[in-house]
Amino acid sequence: MTGPLSGLSNHHNLGAGIECPLSTFGGTMPDAERTPGFATLSIHAGAKPDPTTGARVTPIYQTTSFVFDDVDHAAALFGLQTFGNIYTRIGNPTCAVLEERVAALEGGTAGLAVASGHAAQVIVLHALMTPGDEFVASKKLYGGSINQFNHSFKNFGWNVVWADPDDLASFEKAVSPKTKCIFIESIANPGGVITDIEAISKIARKAGVPLIVDNTLATPYLCKPIDYGADIIVHSLTKFLGGHGNSIGGLIVDGGTFNWSRDKKYPMLSEPRPEYQGIILHETFGNFAFAIACRVLGLRDLGPALSPFNAFLVITGIETLPLRMQRHCDNTLAVAEWLSKRPEVAWVSYPGLPGDKYHKLAKKYSPKGAGAVFTFGLKGGYDAGVKLVSNVKLFSHLANIGDTRSLIIHPASTTHRQLSDAQKVQAGAGPDVVRLSVGLEDPEDIIADLELGLKAK
Amino acid sequence: MNHDNYPDNYIRGILNTVKTIAMVGISPKENRPSYFAFKYLLERGYHMIPVNPGQAGKLILNQKVYARLSDIPEPIDMVDIFRASEHVLPVVEEALKLQPKPQVIWMQLTIRNEEAARLAEAEGLKVVMNRCPKIEYGRLSSEISWMGVNSRTLSSRRAQNLGTGVQRMSLGATNKKGDN
Repeated sequence: MTGPLSGLSNHHNLGAGIECPLSTFGGTMPDAERTPGFATLSIHAGAKPDPTTGARVTPIYQTTSFVFDDVDHAAALFGLQTFGNIYTRIGNPTCAVLEERVAALEGGTAGLAVASGHAAQVIVLHALMTPGDEFVASKKLYGGSINQFNHSFKNFGWNVVWADPDDLASFEKAVSPKTKCIFIESIANPGGVITDIEAISKIARKAGVPLIVDNTLATPYLCKPIDYGADIIVHSLTKFLGGHGNSIGGLIVDGGTFNWSRDKKYPMLSEPRPEYQGIILHETFGNFAFAIACRVLGLRDLGPALSPFNAFLVITGIETLPLRMQRHCDNTLAVAEWLSKRPEVAWVSYPGLPGDKYHKLAKKYSPKGAGAVFTFGLKGGYDAGVKLVSNVKLFSHLANIGDTRSLIIHPASTTHRQLSDAQKVQAGAGPDVVRLSVGLEDPEDIIADLELGLKAK
Repeated sequence: MNHDNYPDNYIRGILNTVKTIAMVGISPKENRPSYFAFKYLLERGYHMIPVNPGQAGKLILNQKVYARLSDIPEPIDMVDIFRASEHVLPVVEEALKLQPKPQVIWMQLTIRNEEAARLAEAEGLKVVMNRCPKIEYGRLSSEISWMGVNSRTLSSRRAQNLGTGVQRMSLGATNKKGDN
């Protein structure tokens, strides 16, 4: 009864219209449809006043379940025939504000909040892969993702094929008829690597598979991968989006750009679903069908739901995202410049520095700054690394990034301790390497603390 | 009208004005998108009339099915078309012969027929193409935000309850100045 689906991706309209009371604009009517800027979206997207109480800040809907209007309403909700709330494992109004907020900031059609960044990756691949399938992933990823792909995902029969973002041809070579998606990070953890999103998106297009981008380190303030051809975005909210080191969370954004019905590669989206009386999700939900599939098949059945309380904290964090990210980047550039002149320091890997290998890519993909996480090497090797982390007083020695506080870690003596020296070097965690996540303190204090650590006997 | 990008007030104006909607090409199967949209709009208070020659005389969701628009014995405000783009023109031509004429021709998500749109607009009708009225209602009423969908609307006013249940929201008033 419906027409061909090929036109879906061409007509999604992502400009948001603002409805404001007249007084906001001094009594004159604004243009009927303004496109709000990033800072406005960071505060307002998804968060209208509460319809029941008028509460202006998004309430924490700390409830497992929601009453139905009547039996028919319940049936319609369970059958996906109407929009609404059933059970917090599947959806929650506080989490929904966070979902719409991040979807709007990324320029996507819909979002789905989950318990962690790792959970986001499980849910996304669950919607795309069947046992025996392959996916191509960049070698330059967060170590936790490398572990997840190499071991846990292999137990599901989802087989990773690694490619090198410094050698784009390696992505083309890695694609096979079994490939279902390509996975990269925009700014790769532990920092210092900017991935050529546009070039890899062309390889994904040619292969007929979606490009998934982990945009955790950049956040949409620095880079919007959908503009460069990404189809799906995943986030660890734990880092800069939440921004205050208080909540674990993850989020998936549907770019609304991929045609799931072109072939039979993605049966979760293009085929009648036995879980829902034979509904075909793509034809029913159009350009936000991927987010719906992740919610009603992945999150519903696998279960890693986000707590509404965590969603509330992350929503509050995002309100100041543009201010914080700019300050993070400005502080980081100052710290990286200072370190690069120190006699104790052998090298600094920060794409914000003009001489850096990735500086050109940083100017294209992340022009406002190259993020706040980077590594540098100490001439004194392992012992100098241990000495530095032991003597700083402002930097916290811990294994997170993206906090208001400045964070430091010496991977060789902590996260990568179990590897051989050769393996450490290959993983970018050689004995001399120190990773920083630069916080929002006064840059003079951050630099003074590093100086204290470097000079300590 | 630019059919790639409709102002929200154009869509809201239509959905706030029309009361009787004839849905051409509705399926009697409850897992089909047309059935979903019909049921949803019925539950939001619209007077829904199913049109499908193969189902004529039967009932879909307790509403009598007609074979064609011209068989419907009452005025229609909007014709919602669930047919492939190449089959839209005859439906619009038939709609334009109705007395009184409908005010709106709406073609569903993925459906576009420029010739039919021009014809209807020349007769003073409003036209929407490649959109779903269920999704648009959900978007403008904020209901769709419960599903994490980017509604592309911001507001410092609270969404209004439809008054027929806690999880049904109304569209809110059409902004007259911006209503084009």
